[in-house]
Order: sequence, then C-alpha cells, then structure tokens
Amino acid sequence: MKGEAFKGWSYKLREEQMSVPTKIYTTHSSERAQTEPAFVRWLLIAVALIFLTLFLALPLAAVFSQAFEKGLLVYLEALREPDTLSSIKLTLITAAVSVPLNLFFGVTAAWSIAKFSFPGKNLLITLIDLPFSVSPVISGLIYVLIFGLQGWIGPWLNEHDIKIVFAVPGIILATIFVTFPFVARELIPLMEAQGKEEEEAALVLGATGLQTFFRVTLPNIKWGIIYGVILCNARAMGEFGAVSVVSGHIRGMTNTVPLHVEILYNEYNYTAAFAVASLLAFLALITLAVKSVAEWKVRQQLNNN
Amino acid sequence: MRLFKQQNNVLPGFGPTLGFTIFYLSLIVLIPLSALVFRTAGLTWTEFISTVTAPRVLASYRVTFGAAIIAASINAIFGVLVAWVLVRYHFPGRKIVDALVDLPFALPTAVAGITLATIYSSNGWVGRYLEPLGIKVAFTPIGITLAMVFIGLPFVVRTVQPVVEEIEVELEEAAVCLGANRWQTLQRVIFPMLFPSILTGFALAFARGVGEYGSIIFIAGNMPMVSEITPLLIITKLEQFDYPGATAIACVMLLVSFLMLLIINLLQKWSRRYAE
Amino acid sequence: MKISQLTKSLAALVLVLSVSTVAIGADITLLNVSYDPTRELYSDFNNAFASYWKGKTGDKVTIKQSHGGSGKQARAVIDGLEADVVTLALAYDVDAIAEKGLIKPGWQKELPHNSSPYTSTIVFLVRKGNPKKIKNWDDLVKPGVSVITPNPKTSGGARWNYLAAWAFALHQPGGNEVKAREFVSRLLKNVPVLDSGARGSTNTFVQRGLGDVLLAWENEAFLAINELGPDKFDVVTPSESILAEPPVTVIDKVADKRGTRKVAEEYLKYLYSDEGQKIAAKHYYRPINPNIPTKLAKVKLYKIDDKAFGGWQKAQKAHFADGGTFDQIYAPVK
Repeated sequence: MKGEAFKGWSYKLREEQMSVPTKIYTTHSSERAQTEPAFVRWLLIAVALIFLTLFLALPLAAVFSQAFEKGLLVYLEALREPDTLSSIKLTLITAAVSVPLNLFFGVTAAWSIAKFSFPGKNLLITLIDLPFSVSPVISGLIYVLIFGLQGWIGPWLNEHDIKIVFAVPGIILATIFVTFPFVARELIPLMEAQGKEEEEAALVLGATGLQTFFRVTLPNIKWGIIYGVILCNARAMGEFGAVSVVSGHIRGMTNTVPLHVEILYNEYNYTAAFAVASLLAFLALITLAVKSVAEWKVRQQLNNN
Repeated sequence: MRLFKQQNNVLPGFGPTLGFTIFYLSLIVLIPLSALVFRTAGLTWTEFISTVTAPRVLASYRVTFGAAIIAASINAIFGVLVAWVLVRYHFPGRKIVDALVDLPFALPTAVAGITLATIYSSNGWVGRYLEPLGIKVAFTPIGITLAMVFIGLPFVVRTVQPVVEEIEVELEEAAVCLGANRWQTLQRVIFPMLFPSILTGFALAFARGVGEYGSIIFIAGNMPMVSEITPLLIITKLEQFDYPGATAIACVMLLVSFLMLLIINLLQKWSRRYAE
Repeated sequence: MKISQLTKSLAALVLVLSVSTVAIGADITLLNVSYDPTRELYSDFNNAFASYWKGKTGDKVTIKQSHGGSGKQARAVIDGLEADVVTLALAYDVDAIAEKGLIKPGWQKELPHNSSPYTSTIVFLVRKGNPKKIKNWDDLVKPGVSVITPNPKTSGGARWNYLAAWAFALHQPGGNEVKAREFVSRLLKNVPVLDSGARGSTNTFVQRGLGDVLLAWENEAFLAINELGPDKFDVVTPSESILAEPPVTVIDKVADKRGTRKVAEEYLKYLYSDEGQKIAAKHYYRPINPNIPTKLAKVKLYKIDDKAFGGWQKAQKAHFADGGTFDQIYAPVK
C-alpha cells in the first residue's frame, strides 16, 4: 500500500538519475527534510566508535606496542633470524602458488555461473562457498586423511618417497582449500550484475571467445579481481589452523609466518613473536588500503554500467 | 544437454569452464571432504551417535554455537549501527574507520587470537580494569564470544552498508510528508528494508564464528564442559589416536556448515528479490 | 589455456617438492620430533652432537627439530611426519607409534634405563615469596588456590602431573583409589584453564599472570625462572612426586628408508655420554649418570611401573582414555 506507492514513485525518479553517477551519501539533501536530532547523531557516532575502538583499534595497537616494546633494534633482529626468514619464504611461496590457482578457478567459475544458466547452479555456488565456513581444523584434517601415512594414498606416496602432508605441498593444499572461494565469491555477483550484453555484442561483431574475454570482460571485472586477489592473499598468508594440522612444525622448514609466531610465543620470546606478528599486521593494513581503493573503483564501474 | 545448448549457444566456453570448475572443485573440496565421511563410515550407527552426543561433545556444541549466536547478535546490533553511522553521518576520520572495519578480514587469525588474549587477560590493557569488577574475560566463554565478535564484525557491517546506501531519500521524505516522526520512519520504513541484509549478515557472522579456530584457541579456556570449542575437541580426539571419533564430530560440523551456507544463500536470494 | 596452467602448477609442485627433500648429497639431516619443553635442550645438544660427529667422521650432520604436545607429535609421526628419532614425553605415545609398525617392538629395551637418558619430575612453580604458602600436593586442593596445568588428553606433561597427584593421594594414610580420585577431582576444580601443551600452560602462568601455582616439568620450571625472571618465581619441590621418564628412540621405518640409522643411533647414544648428560643437567633434567652433578633436590619418586599404575598401557586406559577417570571427573553431575 504505502510501500508500493513509494516504490513506484521512487523507481521512476531513479531511472532519471541513473545516467548520473549517483552520489551515494545523501545526507545533505535529507538533512533539510528529516534526520535524527543532532545529539542522537553524535551519540550514535560515539557508540559506534567506542565499539570499533574496543574491537579493532585496540588489538591493532597492542600488536605494534608489544612488538616495539624493546626498541627498533630488537625488532629488526627478530625479523633477521634465520627461522623467521625461512618462515617468510615459505609463506610467500604458499601464497604465490595458491593465489594464482584460485584466481584462475575464480574467473573460470564466475564465467560459467554468471553468464549461463543451468540447473543446479545454486548448489554449485553453495559448494564453492563451503570451504568458507568449514573449520580450519577440518580443512587440514581432510588432507591428512588422504595423504597421511594412514590415509588413502599415503602408503603409496611413502613408497615413492613423495611427501605431501608435513611438507610444503600439504601446506599449499590446505591453503588452497581455505582460500578457495575468495576470488569466485567476488566475481560471481559482479559479473552477474554486469550481464552478458557486452560480450554478446562483441561476438556479434566477430570477436572470438578468448578475444571477447580479454578485451571485454576482463577490463570490466579488473577491480573485482584485484579485490578478490587481495583478500585471498591476506587469508593465504595469514592462515593458521589448517596449516597447523598439516605442517609438522619442523623449524626452519615447514613453518609459515603465523606458525612461527606461535613458536616464538611458546619460547617465551614475546617481543619477537609480536614483531613477526606485526609483519602480518602491516600486511593487513596494506590489504585494507588496496581493498578500499578497489572497492571504490568497483562501485564506480557498477554505477557507470 | 540439449537444454543447455539452446539457452547458451551464444557465448562460448560454457563446456570447458563448467568442466574445469567442477573438476577443480571436486579435487580440492569435494573429494577431501568425502574422505571425512568415509572415515566416519567405519563407525557403526550407534557408535557414531554415541560419539557425537557424548556429554563433553554436547557441551562443546553449546559453547561453540552458543557463543557464535550471541556474538552474531551483538554484531547484528552494532553492525547496523556502524553501517548507518558510516553511511549517513560525516565525521572526521570516517574514511579511515570505514577501511578499518575490514581489519578482522585481513588480520591473520593467530595474531588476532594472541592479541585478544593479551588484552583481555588479567594484566592486559582492558582485562586489568575488568578483573576487579569480577568480570573474567580471557579463558571463559565470554572471551570466546568476544573473539567471535571480532571476527564477525565486518560481515554485518559490509552486508548492511550497501543497502543503507541504496535507501532512497524520497522514501523518507514521503514518510515525513505523510506525518511520520523520525522514529516511526526508522521503524516502519527503513528497518524493514534493512532486515533481510541484517539477517544475512547475522548468518554469515554466525557461520564464521562457528568455523573459526585460530583466533579463539588462544583466548578460550579449553576447560571440558565449560569453555571448550568443538574444533579443539576434534584435535583432542586426533591426539588420542581416535580417528573415527574425530571425523565423526568433524562430519557433524561439516553438516552444520553446509546447512548454514544453504540458508545464507537462500537469504541472499530473497533479499535481492526483496530489494527490487 | 587451462592445460598450460595445470602444467605450470604441476611444475611448481615438483619444484617445491624437490626443495623440501631432506637429504642432499653428503650432508646428513636428521629430524628429531620432540615434545614441548625440550627446545632449549636440543638446541644445545644438537650443536654439541654436530661438532662431535664432524670430529669423529668428518661428515656434516644437521638436526632439524619439531616441537609440540607429545600426543600431537606422535600422531604426526603416525600420519607420516618423517622423524628419524622421536624424543617424547612418555612411553605410551611411543608405543602408539610402534603399534603402527613404524618402530620394532621391544624398542624400550634398546637403550639403557628404559630408553630414557634423562628423567625429570613434577614440581610447582609459584609466585615469588609463595604468597599462598604452597608446600605440597594437599595445598593445591585448598579453596582459593588457582592451579595451572595442561590438558592430560593432549599433553604428556599433564599426564605426569595428573598421575603424580594421584600417586600422592594414594600413598596418604588411608589412601585408596576412591580417595585418590576425589583428591584429583578437587585439584581439577581449582584449574581455570587447560592449555593443550606444557609451554602453553607456562605461558598462561607467566605471561598472562593467571593462577597461583603451575604444575610443571622440573626442567620447565627452572627454565621459566631463568628466562623470565628469577625475581618473579620460586620453585617448590613437593615431598613426593612421580618419576617422569621421557623416552627416546629411533623410528626404524624412516631411518632404514633414509639410510640414517647409524647416525640416528649414535645421536641417541650421545645423550648417554658424559657430554650429553652434562647438557641435560645444565637444562635441569636429572641425568641418569650418577657421576654427573645435579643441583636438583632429592624427592621421593613413584614410578609408572608401580603396582598403583601398572605401566602406561594400563594407566592410559584407566585414566586418560575415553571414559577414564579424567572424563569421569569432568562428567556433568546428573
């Protein structure tokens, strides 16, 4: 009733507005008509900020304050230690393998899901999302169940001296599992929102499939890809639970940076633990920065369509 | 297959891309997860039921799911608030705060865990003020809930934020014209529009809280029956060399995750349709 | 496009696999999978052994370490972690590995003293000045005393803790199984948090300031004092405790496969040498060589093979397996 009337009226207005990049923040125009009284506004802002400070700013500050507690020299010493360096190397290798693989998968899956319709699409999307909500412990456990000595192909691997779990490949596998949906989840809604008209137009104009993809689709989803990749990377470098199960914790060999943080913590080396943790915190901040930029660009792109 | 061909004969690449998608999905996700189910199948039905309903296991469900629900609810309330504040109000530093909301997404779980445990322990920055009040945070279910609030925080905010942005001013203006005061507008016009996304955000935060390990394990007390989370129980069983028991509990968790996901996806579909 | 991507990832996998292969050329590498508190001990010992081996044979040997809760480490070895030797907290965990065929049966007789080159016991770590006046086990069950111990289900040290408490209660005048269980029950009620490993508990006690007393390995307690503040903690040795024998052994299957048997055996034998025993004593273990001096107090020690426990198989089943006394104590009161 009232709602319907609103919708009809505003829909018309929206159509007229759609050609102009919509200014998202409408506070100015609403201010003159109606909004909360000023004190309520500031109260809400205060509450929100307190909440966020308690839960976000405080932990972040704690990491850095503990890391630099003994000064810059000790901080750098902790990072230069051989075991720390090899953990950084392992983390980088893991991310360098898992992220591209999941990127490729994400693009492929998004293409097949967003541009076509077929029965079971929802089931497929749910299955792709599954690693997202599976506990990391289980994520690691399943690979042990297959590749471990007591697992399905473990004995065969052992005979041929191929090490998967408790070695680097196992860590990579577990990381791939845990970061599996990140790129796909970003691209699917994006590509669905963009529709397939542009690609169809390109085909009509004579482009091949691959040309269409690289020249038409890719530029459109560029920022979505960056967004997905940066999140995927953050998770890949920061994963703890799943990697802990498959790692074997061999110092200097199968410890990623998060695992190394735990080791340092367990050796009463708290400053070093937080120093290494601060590396990850820096990474998180960089991730956030790139993500904000990407988000803004994606929004721009969607508005332009 | 003829059905597919008819609908999709314009854009190429359907076969290969869908094929690869399903192949990669099976290889990385489905086959390993099935290993879980197979290992559990070694148990008889009664053994399975008795394993997953043992008192300690049931207590861990209560802790894990209970804390996750409470945390998701807290996030639902404050998340809407934060989303509203970020979209509707201007204040210095808004952009930075907006970016910071994603911190739990980007910060590795172990770092979050150690840090939260340090802050809320009895000599930590916050814990030392709470301790004299008799409020123990670290190593209690409260600590677990706190950790889950941390990791679930971005979910509600980021799900509700776009919807708040989409609210058209004209709707609110029309409500005022028709005589509604601010509170009524909020209650009758705006809240129903936000509700599906709040629900979705809640479900996402819940699912994430249930699955999380790294950030919780450092702050949980791990006391059987009191503050033991289910993933820890799985590990405990593993270290007692009780593989079928561990996989049985893992299966239950997996089932719950899968159901949660289905619900979330349905909710998202519903809210997308609702928004149109 | 996807095939070349697949090849690329396979190539990456192979490259990574070859990088992670352990034995390279003439250098020998051993993997020692150990339990939680031995980090410092083996860090020292491995250096000593490396120079000894180099002097003796001219070969370079690198020993890689992995540390974690004893049960967790045993599980990892069972699942394929290629340890040449294991140096775990209790014989039960090594037995579990032997059961899967990775170690030949009768392993415990291979080396002297039940394959334990050093022993330890369970003591109390308290705050400086011992404000709660904790002298012995019965002080632990007093109300208002907060006790820190790891979870016996995952930590070897915690199992020794549990059995030491049990043994104490059993040997009190009028003690029996029921009284012992009551005692341990009351003790556990005073425990606010169960970490999964010995180090976790020490961290909880030391770094997070939780608890009045930490039940710890003797070597761990002294190490904590050295590392974290001799002015912050005191060690209290109870009147009686349990003889903890952390065993060491070669994993036959791995050593034979990798051809490292000789080095591995010599590595373990070196623990019994004077040098090895000195290093153990330095790290607050009790060397079994009576000629090596140790500053550790004399304690009346009960053994796992005593009639009360009947060895690890029996003790594990009675206390720590599903449905054992630990589970019973934590079962909800109906």
